[in-house]
Amino acid sequence: MFTIVRREEMAEGTVILNEIEAPLIAAKAQPGQFVILKANEDGERIPLTMAETDAEKGTITIIYMVVGRSTALFRDLKVGDGYQDVIGPLGKPTHVEKVGTVVCVGGGTGVAVLHPITRAMKAAGNHVICIIGARTKELLILEEQMRAASHDLRICTDDGSYGREGFVTEELKDILDGGQVDQVVAIGPVPMMKFVSKLTAEYAVPTLVSLNPIMVDGTGMCGGCRVSVGGETRFACVDGPEFDGHQVDYDELMLRLQAYCEDEKACYEDYCRLHDTSTAE
Amino acid sequence: MSVKKKSKAPGRTPMPEQDPEVRRRNFLEVPTGYTPEMAMQEAGRCLQCKKPACVAGCPVSVDIPGFINLLAEGDITAATRNLWSKNALPAVCGRVCPQEIQCEELCILGKKGDPVAIGNLERFCADYEREFGTGELPPKAADTGKRVAVVGSGPSSLTVAGDLVVKGHQVTILEAFHKPGGVLVYGIPEFRLPKEIVAQEVNFIERLGAKVACNQVVGRTVSLDELFEQGYDAIYLGVGAGLPRFLNIPGENYTGILSANEYLTRANLMKAYKFPEVDTPIPIGRDVVVLGAGNVAMDAARTAMRLGADRVRIVYRRSREEMPARLAEIHHAEEEGIEFHLLTAPTRYMGDARGRLTGMTCQQMALGEPDDSGRRRPVVIEGSEFDIDCDLAIVAVGSGANPLLTADTPKLRLNKWGYIDADPESGKTSMRGVWAGGDIVTGAATVILAMGAGRQAADSIHNFLTWGW
Ligand SMILES: Cc1cc2nc3c(=O)[nH]c(=O)nc-3n(C[C@H](O)[C@H](O)[C@H](O)COP(=O)(O)OP(=O)(O)OC[C@H]3O[C@@H](n4cnc5c(N)ncnc54)[C@H](O)[C@@H]3O)c2cc1C
Ligand SMILES: Cc1cc2nc3c(=O)[nH]c(=O)nc-3n(C[C@H](O)[C@H](O)[C@H](O)COP(=O)(O)OP(=O)(O)OC[C@H]3O[C@@H](n4cnc5c(N)ncnc54)[C@H](O)[C@@H]3O)c2cc1C
Ligand code: SF4
Ligand code: SF4
Ligand code: FES
Repeated sequence: MFTIVRREEMAEGTVILNEIEAPLIAAKAQPGQFVILKANEDGERIPLTMAETDAEKGTITIIYMVVGRSTALFRDLKVGDGYQDVIGPLGKPTHVEKVGTVVCVGGGTGVAVLHPITRAMKAAGNHVICIIGARTKELLILEEQMRAASHDLRICTDDGSYGREGFVTEELKDILDGGQVDQVVAIGPVPMMKFVSKLTAEYAVPTLVSLNPIMVDGTGMCGGCRVSVGGETRFACVDGPEFDGHQVDYDELMLRLQAYCEDEKACYEDYCRLHDTSTAE
Repeated sequence: MSVKKKSKAPGRTPMPEQDPEVRRRNFLEVPTGYTPEMAMQEAGRCLQCKKPACVAGCPVSVDIPGFINLLAEGDITAATRNLWSKNALPAVCGRVCPQEIQCEELCILGKKGDPVAIGNLERFCADYEREFGTGELPPKAADTGKRVAVVGSGPSSLTVAGDLVVKGHQVTILEAFHKPGGVLVYGIPEFRLPKEIVAQEVNFIERLGAKVACNQVVGRTVSLDELFEQGYDAIYLGVGAGLPRFLNIPGENYTGILSANEYLTRANLMKAYKFPEVDTPIPIGRDVVVLGAGNVAMDAARTAMRLGADRVRIVYRRSREEMPARLAEIHHAEEEGIEFHLLTAPTRYMGDARGRLTGMTCQQMALGEPDDSGRRRPVVIEGSEFDIDCDLAIVAVGSGANPLLTADTPKLRLNKWGYIDADPESGKTSMRGVWAGGDIVTGAATVILAMGAGRQAADSIHNFLTWGW
């Protein structure tokens, strides 16, 4: 069993943090990699990115939004409880190098995924500007951590309850207009990544996105996680999860994410909750 | 059963099966097993040939007349021991070996009538011993202090682990999935190979002293070099051919198109056929098309039928003769109402505005000259396109070498298809202290071939641990 040693609630209980004992994974994990977790014997295998790892303590930290049955089951686990199975580290690590100015854009729980990448980008000697967004102030996560991980933190909320009123793309456009940007990293709801990529394509700024298709094994064995990138089929669990944002077929990804919504209406509501945090064009 | 006189050449004793009308909607095993009387009757048919042709047909040379003789004498424990000396998983092989092209094809009785039902007898012995046997463990050599890491837990790895642990070595199996067994648990369905049997086989090897560590993706969680650093003296790679092939035709990413690996993993390993009792869902097709005609395709088609499909079609680009599936599975599939559309190949998929599969365009094929595989190559009949409707398509057109582990291990020499280059006699790879066998060396093959490779490698590893490389 993989024991939970710390548990926090964020964003009014819609987002949960678990720090889990997993020494073998903690020793190897790099920014951008994910794990697959299964709570119990009959549980589903759920992919979640590691928001933090501590090789010395032998722990990994996941931060997830409660969107459906399995994440709701995870929410009920207390400190001292555990996951029956945790598999990883999976996926390719983020390619981090010194390029100059990097803008990291995060929406919803994507901010959790972005955090270790932001830190690594700063450590590599880049000037790092961060934009994080949420629907409203209460749903914003990891503000302090992101401030510490970057040189310059900008905040956007859809309703203007905190920071700039509007979408992260508006703030990003101002930054792109204002000076040289060498790389953008965008992680969040699929529509957000789509519109960020559309914008940065106009400025020809290389853009990295992290994709979250439905997965089973996470080792390239099932092909369930296939995404179209540059017209080619790739398996996100082994070829990704990060890809060139300008090449990704986001519309296909959005449709594939709905594969298992039996009840169309419930599906739509879930879908909104998962993807609606920062853009609605 | 008929009440034929048992005079000269009695016919083959059929194994009772669930009625097709009933079984096509449940996941219980299809053949229900011999009674001891049936087994004795069938064992009695064996002529105990002095030069048994059947043995040459078995890739691991099971002593077929030997075990059948012990069975006929009523000593089922001895018969099973005899089987074990060549084949670590007789309960599995009795069920899944393609006997009609192996042992039974060469049985002398097959020349005039029906061959001895060798597979059925093998299954009977193993099942009987599991249920009524003493559960006594075979004798084990003294601890050698040598440590072996066995990567993967399919039939090949289980054989290596069992053999080496009996020889006194300390064995740890490292499996990527959360459950051991390889294709035996995630691929082959419950109605053909009950998972309880696989679990007991694994348990047997654990009782012998091997350790099973699940959730270990070698190449990610730990590398081969790190395993050596941890003090392992030898490593066996039995990681299977876990890379799904697709057709690469337009529309293949519509939802409702799954690889057989994904479909069967959901159904078997994740037990999605019990959804929502378990948490993993599986798409339920009303009108299902399965592409391919091997064992994997039959398993997918029969699973779809059991999950409630109105119609299940196998679409295959060659003819009946070239279908690679076991004969028994083809018969079973037909009995269960699965339709076969042969000499047919899809050219594209169709979907609706929401990206869901609605059908596919197919072409009619004809057989031309033989290709590299020796089978006649299917050629397109121009202008023969037609559309078929379907709401679920399962792609079962073969698998390749999964590069996850090999890409992390550049020292390992691969062949041009990405499979590991290993010596066919010993299983030795280009890396000192590393062996490989089973599907990751041969490409997708059979359980018994994977086990045979495991046994040879175990011998070679034992020699290495005793005498050096
Ligand atoms: C590599 C990777 C990393 C991820 N990292 C994080 C993370 O750090 N934090 C986080 O909150 N979420 C992350 N996700 C998404 C997370 O896996 C899903 O939210 C989760 O699987 C939903 O499961 P459920 O049973 O609770 O919801 P379900 O009831 O299964 O689905 C609810 C909604 O979630 C969507 N969904 C279902 N399964 C998945 C899936 N496997 N991936 C994406 N969406 C899905 C469906 O479209 C549906 O609308 C990641 C996904 C991937 C592939
Ligand atoms: C649906 C289906 C039906 C079949 N039916 C038959 C049949 O009727 N008769 C027959 O003889 N054969 C059949 N076969 C073929 C047979 O199952 C295989 O040939 C056999 O299982 C190969 O054994 P193996 O030990 O080489 O590998 P596998 O059984 O494939 O096992 C490999 C194991 O290694 C694990 N693994 C992979 N990569 C890693 C890694 N990096 N780290 C750790 N673990 C890893 C995998 O998760 C898996 O558990 C069938 C195959 C399928 C898919
Ligand atoms: S192992 Fe397979 S091929 Fe060999 S005798 Fe048994 S059923 Fe026949
Ligand atoms: S060839 Fe047939 S009859 Fe002869 S020993 Fe083998 S199984 Fe028995
Ligand atoms: S999750 Fe199965 S191949 Fe990526």
